[in-house]
Amino acid sequence: MNELVSLLAATVRVAVPLILAGFAGLVSERAGIVDIGLEGKMLAGAFAAAAIAAVTGNVWLGLLGAVAAAGVLGLVHGFVAITQRGNQVVSGMAINILVSGLSMTLGLAWFAQGGRTPPLPPGARFPELFGQDVLVWPAFLLVPLGWWVLSHTSFGLRLRAVGENPAAVDTAGVSVARLRYAAVLIAGVLCGVAGAYIATAQAAGFVRDMTGGRGYLALAAVVLGKWRPFPTFAACLLFAGLDAVAIRLQGVVVPWIGQVPVEFVQAVPYVMTVVLLAGFVGRAVPPRAAGTPYVKDR
Amino acid sequence: MSGGAAPLPWWIDYALLPLANLALALLVAGLLVLATGQSPLTAVAAMAQGAFGSGEAVGYTLYYATDMIFAGLAVAVAFHGGLFNIGVEGQAYISGLGVALVCLYLDALPVWLVAPLAVAAAALFGAGWAAVPAWLQARRGSHIVITTIMFNFIAYALMEWLIVNVLIKRGQMAPETRGFNGGGLLPGLDRFLPLAPTPLNPAFAVALACLLLVWLLIWHTRWGYALRVVGASPRAAVYAGIRPARLVIQAMLLSGALGGGIAFNEVMGAQHKLLIGFTGGYGFTGIAVALMGRNHPFGVLLAAVLFGALYQGGAELAFDMPSMSSDLVVAVQGLVILFTGGLGLMLRPAFVRAFGRS
Amino acid sequence: MRGIDKSFAAVRANRGVDLAVARGHVHGLIGENGAGKSTLMSILYGFYTADAGDIRIDGAPVRIADSRDAIRHGIEMVHQHFMLVETMSVLENVVLGAEGGALLARHLPAARATLRQLAADYGLEVDPDAIVGDLAVGAQQRVEIVKALYRGADILILDEPTGVLTPQEAADLFRVLAALRAQGKTIIIVTHKLREIMAITDRVSVMRAGQMVGHRVTAQTSAEELGEMMIGRRLAARLDKAPTALGAVALAVAGVSLHDGFGVPRLKQVSFDLHAGEIVGIAGVAGNGQSELLEALSGMRAFDSGRITLPNGAIVGPGDPADAAARRAAGLAHVPEDRLRTGLLAGFAARESAILGYHEDAAYGRAGLLDWRRIERHTAALMTRYEVRPLLPKLRSALFSGGNAQKLILAREMERDPAVLLVGQPTRGVDIGGIDFIHRRLLALRDRGAAILLVSVELEEILRLADRILVMFDGAIVGALRPDEADERRLGMLMAGAA
Repeated sequence: MNELVSLLAATVRVAVPLILAGFAGLVSERAGIVDIGLEGKMLAGAFAAAAIAAVTGNVWLGLLGAVAAAGVLGLVHGFVAITQRGNQVVSGMAINILVSGLSMTLGLAWFAQGGRTPPLPPGARFPELFGQDVLVWPAFLLVPLGWWVLSHTSFGLRLRAVGENPAAVDTAGVSVARLRYAAVLIAGVLCGVAGAYIATAQAAGFVRDMTGGRGYLALAAVVLGKWRPFPTFAACLLFAGLDAVAIRLQGVVVPWIGQVPVEFVQAVPYVMTVVLLAGFVGRAVPPRAAGTPYVKDR
Repeated sequence: MSGGAAPLPWWIDYALLPLANLALALLVAGLLVLATGQSPLTAVAAMAQGAFGSGEAVGYTLYYATDMIFAGLAVAVAFHGGLFNIGVEGQAYISGLGVALVCLYLDALPVWLVAPLAVAAAALFGAGWAAVPAWLQARRGSHIVITTIMFNFIAYALMEWLIVNVLIKRGQMAPETRGFNGGGLLPGLDRFLPLAPTPLNPAFAVALACLLLVWLLIWHTRWGYALRVVGASPRAAVYAGIRPARLVIQAMLLSGALGGGIAFNEVMGAQHKLLIGFTGGYGFTGIAVALMGRNHPFGVLLAAVLFGALYQGGAELAFDMPSMSSDLVVAVQGLVILFTGGLGLMLRPAFVRAFGRS
Repeated sequence: MRGIDKSFAAVRANRGVDLAVARGHVHGLIGENGAGKSTLMSILYGFYTADAGDIRIDGAPVRIADSRDAIRHGIEMVHQHFMLVETMSVLENVVLGAEGGALLARHLPAARATLRQLAADYGLEVDPDAIVGDLAVGAQQRVEIVKALYRGADILILDEPTGVLTPQEAADLFRVLAALRAQGKTIIIVTHKLREIMAITDRVSVMRAGQMVGHRVTAQTSAEELGEMMIGRRLAARLDKAPTALGAVALAVAGVSLHDGFGVPRLKQVSFDLHAGEIVGIAGVAGNGQSELLEALSGMRAFDSGRITLPNGAIVGPGDPADAAARRAAGLAHVPEDRLRTGLLAGFAARESAILGYHEDAAYGRAGLLDWRRIERHTAALMTRYEVRPLLPKLRSALFSGGNAQKLILAREMERDPAVLLVGQPTRGVDIGGIDFIHRRLLALRDRGAAILLVSVELEEILRLADRILVMFDGAIVGALRPDEADERRLGMLMAGAA
């Protein structure tokens, strides 16, 4: 019983950044902007949060900085994808690689600890609320909220429409660019919060590439969730649960099976996503306009 | 985009514009160095010294450039077919397995026999790892960007398990295989040429040969022509009686095989054993190299040497200026991808205004 | 609208166009493909902005910079390609951009009521909860009209509204339009179908080649007069055509049908024989199956039923994969409709475009290699013989003018003396001199004994070149005529599905 409770608790902790980043990807892609830069934006958020919290001793200022840093990167992605009509995959990759190098460079120059930020004292980390880390609550609240905004507000309606057929939105007298910029900004902000959680709640400071591929995992969750809020949430929980199980399985001999290789459990989300994409089990249809810049000229 | 399509003299599109984009990326990198409180000029001088200042430095630069050439070619070949292969990293990683198996089991044989086998294994394993995403793209329409990302992570997991649980040298903690012996050791180029001892090895020659072969293949064969048609317009390919699906699969197999060159250079040429994470992100650097080199082998060569110099110079920079990190190079790489790739045409309207014939 | 000018790069789509529409009328705007009708309407709707000219509503000048301005002035447009989000419900599509507030739940009931009201007033029945993608085309169009009315349209523009409709659906549409007029709405209907104009409009304006050629009261004009205004110039001097020496059947098409990816039938039981030494012209309004016919014949697309007998006697059936290379080997050449994305490669040098489809030819190099020097000499020779200017085999294909690019494609496809040549829109975007050159070359090829299938939306071109004319409408061949018994009126009636 205790084992189960601790497993659930671990799942929740691991799920938080996945949910935040997953919804960032969801919002962006539903608006027609492919975002493989979730990883980089999260990492930027993690670094900013840890650096600012270390300097000011205030975790909330850190969160603010994380949101600002990742938000700016979201806008950079928007500038490439919306204004310049550049390649969205290239831009996302650029952001991931840029942040990976930038965070270490700035970290070393500012803190001289080999790229790490100084370890945070308890006061500079997120407090708990009702026995869980305080950010857990907004992350889980985000799920119904995101669903509600997408399906029950005008903004959500327009956002969904612009990812399917931007010309329909344009001829309805709504600015395609403004909607899409809003989407990339929201994606940036959510990634920032996810990064802050990783660096100043899960861990006590920044270390190299500490997001560890969770941005890509979130992307997989969006695909597996077929770009819909609750299924994406379910995929995030599933992935988090697998992770929690994998850690507990380390070195354990399971009856009948023997020792389960942890690495295989960790690869399950990626394999599942490929299988789904292959169209053998169900069909994952991305928003129709995702990845293509909106060009009005004939 | 009125300036987007207007004609310009070729030297603007193929020389001035890429250089201006590169300059922009380096300018931002300079500002970044300034932000760390250092002088960008001192940093540049230190890097240039570190990359080209001695025979040893040049050797290291070319050793890194070898990886960049393979990675850049892998990305470029796929690009010509309209495919974005983000999976070079994973393909190269799996290739390492092929190289290691050959070297571990056959290192009793002479090296001149083992080396070609290792090259073949690298190509085969890389192509094999690219085959599934290729097939899924060609036959099932699954987006290759997502599938190759997923395959990178599957490769990480598989290789970690193999190295930690299966191939690890008994009685040791470090996750790596035993060192290769005799025929599994690719000698450094310094054994044949009057060079300083560095990890630079015959894989560099293989990389140069690949540059030439890819150039021939893409621009002087019927297959390369067909591939470029598919990349430029799948509809025109159908019109011309070319089967896009077949070309897509073939191009991805070739791309994966080229990525395998990284494993040959690293595993057999430099490390002499298989260790976790030996690909070091070079597969991703290939994106920057290909974009900067405009997917042309000659451009890839120039870009690869530049990035090789950045890597080597960056390592030296970290040595000379303790507050500078060699990760600066990674940031520069990201900036280069951003400015020459995502924002590649941003400056073009300005050039059209300045040079365009109206 | 007065003095409207609009250019796209080198093309002047509208030149000093004037248009006056009376309130409460149904006004027809008619012209051939490319006459500038859609451009003019897109300017009125704010999708494009005019280079010059002004727009007045009820006498007051208005500025329409984007769709929002147009909507504010009560102008709504039903586009030829519907501006609907197929994955969303009818209701969501209708309220998009005019939700009334941030919370949908608070405003949707009112929208539902409005929809019911519109249904009652105009006979516009739509199920608000249906997913648009599941609806038939006619129902989707009703959604577009409902969407426009929901936004308070006063002036409703319909661009080629019946192009995609069945006759039954078109009749329903006309009933709706009549009801709208009865309620005082102003309707502009853009079309090239004379029958529709005569049936439902009060007044009509005719455009040709970017200019307005005249305005008529529908009751005081005739389809004949409008047809002549639309086609304009009395036909240019007929070419000196040698009488045909009809040979054996070069291409036999028997009962070919095909459906597109959405299951919509695009070709219906198309059958005809193409003889050596004749030009058969396929006349028809764009989008009636001509493109699909060319693709099926040229091996770009598989088909569902029927069979095609190739010049070498080989028979292609429904199970066979699309294989353009095999068709070429069988003596079939193809000048496609879409020049820059299919016929050649915009970013490739001319010499590279000059071997498209023939890149496996042994003449172009040993084994798997391509000998660019040889190809360049060959391209230069082709360019000389077909008067392609500038004579630069290394110039990017996109930089040639329309006529020169087309001549390069023709050169490539004609130089091997194919038994059958399929030609789609050979002179679209080609200047007068180029048209004449291309026409003479096509006739010369026919005189050498080739069979030519000519698909064109330019009636004049068909009348000038064809020895036999087939008319396509809605995926089927609806008429076969000889040029001397074909005049614009008869062709126009057939093309409009009226005969």
